[in-house]
Amino acid sequence: MSTVLEVEKVSKAFGGVVANREVSLSVPEGAIIGLIGPNGSGKTTLFNSIVGYHPIDAGSIRFRGEELSRLRTPQIARRGLLRTFQQTRIFGKMNCIENMQISVPHADDSLGTMFSRFDESVTGRAEQLLKFVGLYPKRYLRAGDLSFGQQKLLEFAMALMNKPKLLLLDEPTAGINPTLINGLIDRLKRANAEFGITLFVIEHNMRVIMNLAEHIYCLAHGELLAEGDPDQVQNDQRVIGAYLGAG
Amino acid sequence: MNGAGKTAWYLLLAVAALTLPTVPFLQPYLTQFAFLWVMILLALTWDIMGGQMGYNSFGNIVYFGVGMYTTAVVQRDLFFSVEEYAEVAGGVDAALNPLEFISSLALGMGLGAVLSVLIAAILGSGILGLRGHYFAICTLGLGIAAGEIASGMDYIGAGSGLVTSLLPDAFGERGRFFYYLFLVLAVITFLVLRRVYDSRFGLAINAIRDDEDKAEALGLHTTRYKTTAWCISAFFLALTGGAFGNMVIFIDPTDVAFAGPTFGVWMVLMAILGGKGTLWGPVIGATIFHVMQEVFWTFLFGWQRVALGLLIVIVVVFFPEGVVGWLRERWPHRFGEVVDEDARRLQVSLDSEP
Amino acid sequence: MSNLDILFQAPIFSVQLLLDGLLVGAIFALAAYGMALLWGVMNIINIAQGDFVILGGYVTLVLYQAGIHPLFGVPVAAVVLFLVGWVIYRSVIFRVVDRDLFISILATFGISILLQQLMDQIFGADIQTAEAGLGTMLLFDNQVTIGLIKVVAFVVVIVLATVLVVFLKKSRLGQAIRATAQNARAARIMGINTDRVYAMTFAINAAICGAAGALVVMTWVIQPFIGLSYTIRSFMIVVVAGVGNLAGVIAAGVGLGAAEQFAAFLLGAEFQIGFVFALLVVILLVRNAVLKRQRKYLH
Repeated sequence: MSTVLEVEKVSKAFGGVVANREVSLSVPEGAIIGLIGPNGSGKTTLFNSIVGYHPIDAGSIRFRGEELSRLRTPQIARRGLLRTFQQTRIFGKMNCIENMQISVPHADDSLGTMFSRFDESVTGRAEQLLKFVGLYPKRYLRAGDLSFGQQKLLEFAMALMNKPKLLLLDEPTAGINPTLINGLIDRLKRANAEFGITLFVIEHNMRVIMNLAEHIYCLAHGELLAEGDPDQVQNDQRVIGAYLGAG
Repeated sequence: MNGAGKTAWYLLLAVAALTLPTVPFLQPYLTQFAFLWVMILLALTWDIMGGQMGYNSFGNIVYFGVGMYTTAVVQRDLFFSVEEYAEVAGGVDAALNPLEFISSLALGMGLGAVLSVLIAAILGSGILGLRGHYFAICTLGLGIAAGEIASGMDYIGAGSGLVTSLLPDAFGERGRFFYYLFLVLAVITFLVLRRVYDSRFGLAINAIRDDEDKAEALGLHTTRYKTTAWCISAFFLALTGGAFGNMVIFIDPTDVAFAGPTFGVWMVLMAILGGKGTLWGPVIGATIFHVMQEVFWTFLFGWQRVALGLLIVIVVVFFPEGVVGWLRERWPHRFGEVVDEDARRLQVSLDSEP
Repeated sequence: MSNLDILFQAPIFSVQLLLDGLLVGAIFALAAYGMALLWGVMNIINIAQGDFVILGGYVTLVLYQAGIHPLFGVPVAAVVLFLVGWVIYRSVIFRVVDRDLFISILATFGISILLQQLMDQIFGADIQTAEAGLGTMLLFDNQVTIGLIKVVAFVVVIVLATVLVVFLKKSRLGQAIRATAQNARAARIMGINTDRVYAMTFAINAAICGAAGALVVMTWVIQPFIGLSYTIRSFMIVVVAGVGNLAGVIAAGVGLGAAEQFAAFLLGAEFQIGFVFALLVVILLVRNAVLKRQRKYLH
């Protein structure tokens, strides 16, 4: 398996507070990789660094061999590296279908396609994916009227619509109705297996991440603390210590 | 509204608009009706930015003024040298014959529109990087700076303004000529915007309005969309301004061309009054506002702007969603919005195979 | 540009312009400090800021025409504007505090237009001034003239700014205002009546503007329609200095004052207002371009 994302010694500080210190990790193509760590350990900062939300202080981030740290967010997204937000973000005044339509890949946009209409295949795919996340009956509702959990599912579907190579998911199950969590794990796995999307997932719910990921990285105080397969990480004394506050 | 009903409505409106100038007792008011089309154009072009894209511009008036001055200067200089013009001092000899008038008007409007689009593209790449209130206040400064600079430029008459070419008699009554001119322009603008909002572009600028960061995160070319939106707005606004200068005959730099405190604020108010971010909202808002404004100017002379200030406060505070927004809340299904209560309440299920 | 030559041949002219600019800039800084207070506490940008200033000027002018020395206009205009601010908060602003920023911008824009026209109706559109009669001061071998009133105005600004800072630091209300600025929800939970804090903040800001207006009418001129330029100056100063940075606000204020004097001298007085508005556009663009390199934007 080739490596799709290579993070090398990335550091990022806000003022004097170090959020990430020399974090290195890699995501192989086609895998589902987990990222865990206590609150404030710098997980979301790392995601933001990867997708170009802020400049990094040191280190390098390579996506399919290309250096990302000088590119801007939309450019990175157009290369097939997408993220979802912890505080879900959707287009509230547009309906679900419209939210999906505008999420098509934008790499081939030109001045010519700017004023074109979306063709049937796009709408068809949008409906298919809404079915995939169970939102099909709500497709004509305004996205802003959906519940938080439903918006989260919509955001996931929008990400799939974008056909990314690598998808960074920031706490995909937070705020989701517990009865749906098993279904969501299934959808994440299917997105990985059927659509061939590599997943890199921040997750607080241990049951979910242990079920989902094949390899897990654990951050604490901005530094990489441990890594390994779910069993190794679960039984790592340092990880347990970090979560209990001893680390 | 179903398709047939809609078509009937459009036809009715078209017939009414086309035959209005033939109604005898409306003859004296044709200039006011022409003014109504201008107001609709102002509101429609503002709404591209403010309503559909969420970039509330106070500076669109710049393009109105640029179009107006460009047209006036082209008309002034195309067939007369400046010295000649100074000799006759604006006398009857400087009047253009019909062919000269119409060709210079077309050329001037065209040049003004091209110039405005260029300005929008250049300014846009910088100013459209500002968000929210920074954008609003920056454009406010832009509009006023343009007026002040125009007031200091001797080439365009500086603070004492510029007299535009008179409409040759061959075109008949002035009010009627401009009535049809602005009617055509308003209809074209409306149809173009309707088509544009119905495309990928429409969804993209709506997405920018709802959450620009998210739009960027999805890979949209946000800068390209934003600049294009401003260019479209500038294009139609410059055409409007170009013809408007001919209608009012005299261009004052701060009271007519770059009239921030009047037209510049009115276009915002009209779009909000009618319902911003909707196709018909600006049209309805402009119509209501134009009637109100005529009433204010007739019955409250001297206090009309006090009333206007009060109107802005009242509309913004109590009625920010506008007429169309209010109607949509009341009868959503009439606006093609699906309000399926069953769908809204339905629990999402992920267990079964889709 | 011949005026540029004058500056080189007679450098003392620069001193004159600089001093004039510094002294008048302090008054800009006062209005800007009020705007920063409002912005920080209520998240409102008050477009009527400059019209409050001009209104304060007219209050002073009324006193002056009644035979009272215009310096008494400073406290009187402050009190009158405090009441005006309170009434405007209670009638309009409290409805827009928690809403979209554009709504408050537009609402205060409406108030601005309303005030302009009211002042035009009541006081007329002429340019007016109130003569303090303090005479002038001659410096550098009589080559530089400074109206004494400008120096007095500068001192008044410093005193007012100090009083404000002490008030915000020490008084109970000042502490409540600062707490609300940091986190309105938490302040509410802690039992602070944020509605009252907002009302007081808005009224205090209007009072600051009133005092500034009294100084403007004595050192310069007023006219019903020039308020917006004071709003823009305030906004510009706050953008450069940041919210909640008094020293920065004063520095930016006097800097702007000086820049304006030089621009008016070099470009011609007819371009002074145009220069202010164009400078705003340039400053915003430059700030944003600098932030963009860090992948950020102004917000």
